[in-house]
Amino acid sequence: MGLTGLAIFKQLPKTNCKDCGQPTCLAFAMQLASGKAGLDQCPHVSDAAKEALDSASAPPIALVKVGKGEKEVALGSETVLFRHEKRFENPTGIAVSVKDTDGDIASKVAAINKLVFDRVGQIHSVNLVAVVNASGDGAKFAEAAKTVQDNTEFPLILVSEDPAAMGSALEVTGANNPLICGANASNLEAMVELAKKYDAPLVVKGNGLDELEALVEKSGYKKLFLDSGAREINKALADQTQIRRQALKKFRPFGYPTIAFADNADPVQAVVDASVYIAKYAGIVVVDSADPADLLPLVTLRLNVYTDPQKPIAVESKLYEIGTPGPDSPVFVTTNFSLTYFNVQGDVESGRINGYILPVDTDGISVMTGWAAGKFTPEKITEMLNTSGVAEKVTHRKVIIPGGVAVLSGKLNEISGWEVLVGPRESGGIPSFIKQRWGA
Amino acid sequence: MAVTIAKEKWTSKVGEMELGTGAKAIKVGGETSLPFLHFEGEIPNRPVMALEVWDMEPTEWPDILKKPFDGVLADPVAWAKKNVEYGADLIAIRFMSAHPDFKDASPEECAATAKAVADAVDVPLVLIGCGIEEKDAAVMEKVGEALSGKQCLIGCATEKNYKTITAAAMVNGHSVIASSPLDINLAKQLNILMTEMNLPTNRIAIDPLVGALGYGIEYAYSIMERARMGALMGDKMLAMPVICFVGQEAWKAKEAKSPDEETPEWGALDKRAILWEVVTTTSFALAGGSIFILRHPETIKHVNAHFAKVMESNAY
Repeated sequence: MGLTGLAIFKQLPKTNCKDCGQPTCLAFAMQLASGKAGLDQCPHVSDAAKEALDSASAPPIALVKVGKGEKEVALGSETVLFRHEKRFENPTGIAVSVKDTDGDIASKVAAINKLVFDRVGQIHSVNLVAVVNASGDGAKFAEAAKTVQDNTEFPLILVSEDPAAMGSALEVTGANNPLICGANASNLEAMVELAKKYDAPLVVKGNGLDELEALVEKSGYKKLFLDSGAREINKALADQTQIRRQALKKFRPFGYPTIAFADNADPVQAVVDASVYIAKYAGIVVVDSADPADLLPLVTLRLNVYTDPQKPIAVESKLYEIGTPGPDSPVFVTTNFSLTYFNVQGDVESGRINGYILPVDTDGISVMTGWAAGKFTPEKITEMLNTSGVAEKVTHRKVIIPGGVAVLSGKLNEISGWEVLVGPRESGGIPSFIKQRWGA
Repeated sequence: MAVTIAKEKWTSKVGEMELGTGAKAIKVGGETSLPFLHFEGEIPNRPVMALEVWDMEPTEWPDILKKPFDGVLADPVAWAKKNVEYGADLIAIRFMSAHPDFKDASPEECAATAKAVADAVDVPLVLIGCGIEEKDAAVMEKVGEALSGKQCLIGCATEKNYKTITAAAMVNGHSVIASSPLDINLAKQLNILMTEMNLPTNRIAIDPLVGALGYGIEYAYSIMERARMGALMGDKMLAMPVICFVGQEAWKAKEAKSPDEETPEWGALDKRAILWEVVTTTSFALAGGSIFILRHPETIKHVNAHFAKVMESNAY
């Protein structure tokens, strides 16, 4: 990463021995540069060259894991500042906090466990539980951590700046790779020692970027999360931006994922702050609310921002019922590009139309692109009319196609036998189209 | 070793647009940095928010949206005044009655409504057609004339009707909303066509036809980020403030409408519906949006609190 094929080539043995499977060392170097091969495929590379290449080819932001098993989260490994440049890799971990002074910890954890949302068949949820040592008491903290651990499968974040309290909590939870949160200027050595003892990830918090850098260097530890100490959203946005920019420039002390705390006293601002952290670079964001109304927008924004811009998202190609359709309800055909489908669905709903939508599988591309690419064809529409079950649901044989592909209507009518109505070009016109053309 | 703050060296800026007249006139745009990164440039103007006024009663609106406007929804003038009380920076009049499916009101009738509202409030106005391109052109011609000199923002101009709307804006001193569907090159193309008619670049607002949170927000989000970078790198045809019709999209989302008993796992509707409009707005502001057309007064309150904070300096 960041190294050209030629720069890598200079470090290789240049024997063209083919042991790596490539015809020449230069070819191998090019593969390395594009990330398609790993250096360990060359058995002859010198240790010195290995070290030089490893550190240069290490990703700009380390991948750091929290937790164990199925719910483990891995953050970092990001390579860009803007999602359109490539994509964001590892979706922000959303953590909900509980305090060791909370009355009924188990029931708050139960509420957190329920923060699971279904979005067109995909399940999205929060990811971690942060246990906060608000009491200042080590025994109480350990007990709370244990209660949380016993009641959830989510990984834990242990929040205390007191190494003794942290030590107690780790005695009961340390085997499950919790995030230790964390080290600061006054407790760095003790916290690093605990992190090393349990081989667990550690948050390093600085008072500003300069101190953060100094503490990271001093820690000598590699499984880190960074916290610049900023809590006001304007300053935290600047710090998050700086840390990401510096990391991508290979400023190594900042080459770790970050953690942000959306602890605004105003509950709406706390959600807004958290949304800013999701869009702008936080590895983990900690929120205090376990109200699904607060979490749904955050989980949704994360899904949107972390969508790979190069891969259109598709909805499942099947029969969708909008409202309570009956045998006389209209049948709309569109493509399974999620944005296209959501638009059609939204406009059918907003027109209070009871109807059926058939998103034809175009590999998730839009109507016009699908038509141009030969993926939205009369044959495919016919197949969907025949196999989706819609023919048994409605007694009429009329299908509405998008206005942009009016050209398909003749052929579609011929091979499907259905009467083809050419709908509006934009889905926004569906309500008035139905008013004028359906059932009249 | 101290951290050297990484600053981008931008060479250009977003154009600055002036809307309205007198004490309540506002400016948008003018940034020489990415959104809210005060440490590397100037952000002379805070993003602004408009609340919508319809010229006919919106019967389809959900109750939560109707409630704050109880008693004024059928009276555009009273509704507009209410919006000012609620803290809207601008009023966006939507001439829904002009739609052939509704009242098919004449451009002259729309102009009369516009005039009545303009006489009653002193904040700048955004004038939006019913969405039928030919009709919007005809309506904007008359409405623009009726409010000549008020420095309104009128639209939406598309590739089909931009000529009439641009002309109406130029003659009467208004600015134009240029709408193009989620494509940075189409946006640029429309801006070129409009400036070729000699409309100054700082009198165009880009409307990328945004989607709400959960409904394609990421497309417009990335277009806005790219447009802002283009503007800062000197592309004059992208150096316009961006307008986002958030209200109409957010309130279409299932998350903003589904009642508590239908989706108990989503939490209380009252809270989640407002958050849907709030987070859609603040996310677009973070990507570079400058003008927001909204529907609920609570949203204005919450977003204002956020804007106040992110407009505070974060210079190092």
